[in-house]
Amino acid sequence: MQISGAQMVIEALIAEEVEVVFGYPGGAIMNVYDEIYKQNGFQHIMARHEQAAVHAAEGYSKASGKVGVAMITSGPGFTNAITGIADAYMDSIPLVVISGQVPMSLIGTDAFQEIDAVGISRPCTKHNYLVTDASDLARVLKEAFYLARSGRPGPVHVDIPKDVTAQIANFDYSKDVELETYKPTVKGNVRQIKKAIDAIAAAKRPLLYLGGGIINANAADLVREFSKLTQIPAVETFMARGTLHHADPLLISMLGMHGSYAANMAMSETDLVIGLGARFDDRVTGKLSEFAKHAQIIHVDIDPASISKLVNAHFPIVGDVQNVLETMIPLAKEQVDPTRYDAWHKTIANFNKLHPLGYSEEGDRIKPQWVVERIGQLLGDDANISTDVGQHQMWAAQFYPFSRPRQWISSGGLGTMGFGFPAAMGVKRADPKRVSINITGDGSILMNIQELMTSVEYDLPVINVILNNNFLGMVRQWQTMFYDKRHSSTDLSIQPDFVKLAESFGGIGYRVSTKEEFDAALKDAVEKNVVAIIDVAVNRFENVLPMVPAGGSLFNMMLEYKEK
Amino acid sequence: MEEARRVISVIVLNEASVLSRISGLFSGRGYNIDSLTVAPIPDSKYSRITIVTAGSVRVIEQITKQLHKLIPVLKVYEHADLVEKEMAMVKIPLSESISDIEALAHAYNGRIVNVSSDTLIVMVADEPYRIAHFLEAIKRFHPKEIVRSGSVALER
Repeated sequence: MQISGAQMVIEALIAEEVEVVFGYPGGAIMNVYDEIYKQNGFQHIMARHEQAAVHAAEGYSKASGKVGVAMITSGPGFTNAITGIADAYMDSIPLVVISGQVPMSLIGTDAFQEIDAVGISRPCTKHNYLVTDASDLARVLKEAFYLARSGRPGPVHVDIPKDVTAQIANFDYSKDVELETYKPTVKGNVRQIKKAIDAIAAAKRPLLYLGGGIINANAADLVREFSKLTQIPAVETFMARGTLHHADPLLISMLGMHGSYAANMAMSETDLVIGLGARFDDRVTGKLSEFAKHAQIIHVDIDPASISKLVNAHFPIVGDVQNVLETMIPLAKEQVDPTRYDAWHKTIANFNKLHPLGYSEEGDRIKPQWVVERIGQLLGDDANISTDVGQHQMWAAQFYPFSRPRQWISSGGLGTMGFGFPAAMGVKRADPKRVSINITGDGSILMNIQELMTSVEYDLPVINVILNNNFLGMVRQWQTMFYDKRHSSTDLSIQPDFVKLAESFGGIGYRVSTKEEFDAALKDAVEKNVVAIIDVAVNRFENVLPMVPAGGSLFNMMLEYKEK
Repeated sequence: MEEARRVISVIVLNEASVLSRISGLFSGRGYNIDSLTVAPIPDSKYSRITIVTAGSVRVIEQITKQLHKLIPVLKVYEHADLVEKEMAMVKIPLSESISDIEALAHAYNGRIVNVSSDTLIVMVADEPYRIAHFLEAIKRFHPKEIVRSGSVALER
């Protein structure tokens, strides 16, 4: 089929069964936008900033499990998008990002809106392409989708010069992807798996250490089956929230810097860590030399570079966690005695009793943790929860009653303020029947506030709940604790009127300072089903606790903090 | 932290940008590449890149794993038992003693390869540390220009 490069992009997206593209037009990508105008195979959602377009594609991907697609123009369009691309890279989110580039003849001349896009995206993509001939487009786009979703998923960037989108060439999308140099290991080594099962059967205090790779691999059901049949307790990383049901008695809680006392103590006392799709991030391990000091480590991961990167694995298993669990489960049935760990369960129950995750009510001011719990009580499984980055994010991870994978959408690795709102729009697009909540802070929400317009235009009614403490709260917390209360550039006393702000875009706003008002606002926002901001005035100086100070040991948690 | 000199060979697809993907893994960690050679492998679509670097063993291991992950990388060899050679060419004024230069070059697997009206060029091929010795010794002949190739290596 002889068609233009721009038409090829459309044909490829349709062939990949893409249902929505998030993007923003501009000079170098105009040929493609012209073809978007003519087609009806997929929806195009125009965000109001390229960064937001990529975050929306991430949210869509995380909620749906499909590859997210974003489209942007050259130069500033691309550089705006790079934060979203980097975010997707850190959290292994499958994306295909298509950018326009200046025509081939102008590349390297400092042309208008020219930037070396593949040079910039190289360290924060799984792979990238500069397409120099339209006859390569079918192959490149097919490879891009394949690379994004296979192995350890990640963003793939395709940069297409304007003359290439105009060029007429042959298009054949039927050819299979052939990449001699890329063969991800999916099946775990059976001998290694058998050794791991032997270790589990011999362990006294084993602990499942569940990571975000489980969500990516759609392996939560198998994890639930495995933990139930072996009765091995579990901790979840921030990225793995929702893998186990919040009420599952085997789920201890989240571990790490703001993990629960019980989760961190269990990790410090275990004699066998069973790491599934987790990467021993510094926010999880604390001081490495003290991390799981008494334990042997089983590490299952799709990415060989993640294994023994930080913590030496005694049983490294490279493979897809779903695939590996399918092999492990029948072996565990034969070999593992689920009654063997009773004493271990009692120890953990004691940790839980000693310092349960909680907060104390004081005065009339709403506590931010209460807001998170309350959303959980009112909406529970009916909501998908996105967040921005900061204190509110940690409270959401700690206190929301997650019941399923892909319910929790947050920026983990890169920690991108401004992620939540656009991501929540993408989530709403992927899962329209559920309420899409963005739990956010008064700092973060302003970083992509322009998306109010996108939400209104495309009817993506995100409910933004601002836990408003008039501070960049997490930085303020560190300043209070470690910088002698010098609150340098973190006081956000000067604020917009969030109610009017929402209204000016055609959304709805609520200002809330009591629990009753909050309940009423949330119910009303759910009913009205338009984009909303609920501005909740919360306790200003609340801290996220417990806390393992950066570089500290997991078992040395700050459980309470008294201001000096 | 344990420091080491490492020779790494990488077999890659011959395509644009592959070198920047590889060098980026080093530069992004603040690691220097001591030498780097690239040439196509005959009758294939691949090239062989030989990288000599020095740094902490742990970080180099990590870089090696990341090299494996790059899409256009077919194989990565971290050499333990290897034959490693480097070449160098030196331009020397014709006023120096040709027979002395010839004798020195001979000791380092080399010879005079070109003579023009006022300079000669001598080349040697040997282990990198021996090349360093040669370049030290050749100084007395007042070299005008020196070029080293960087290492190539094969597992024994």
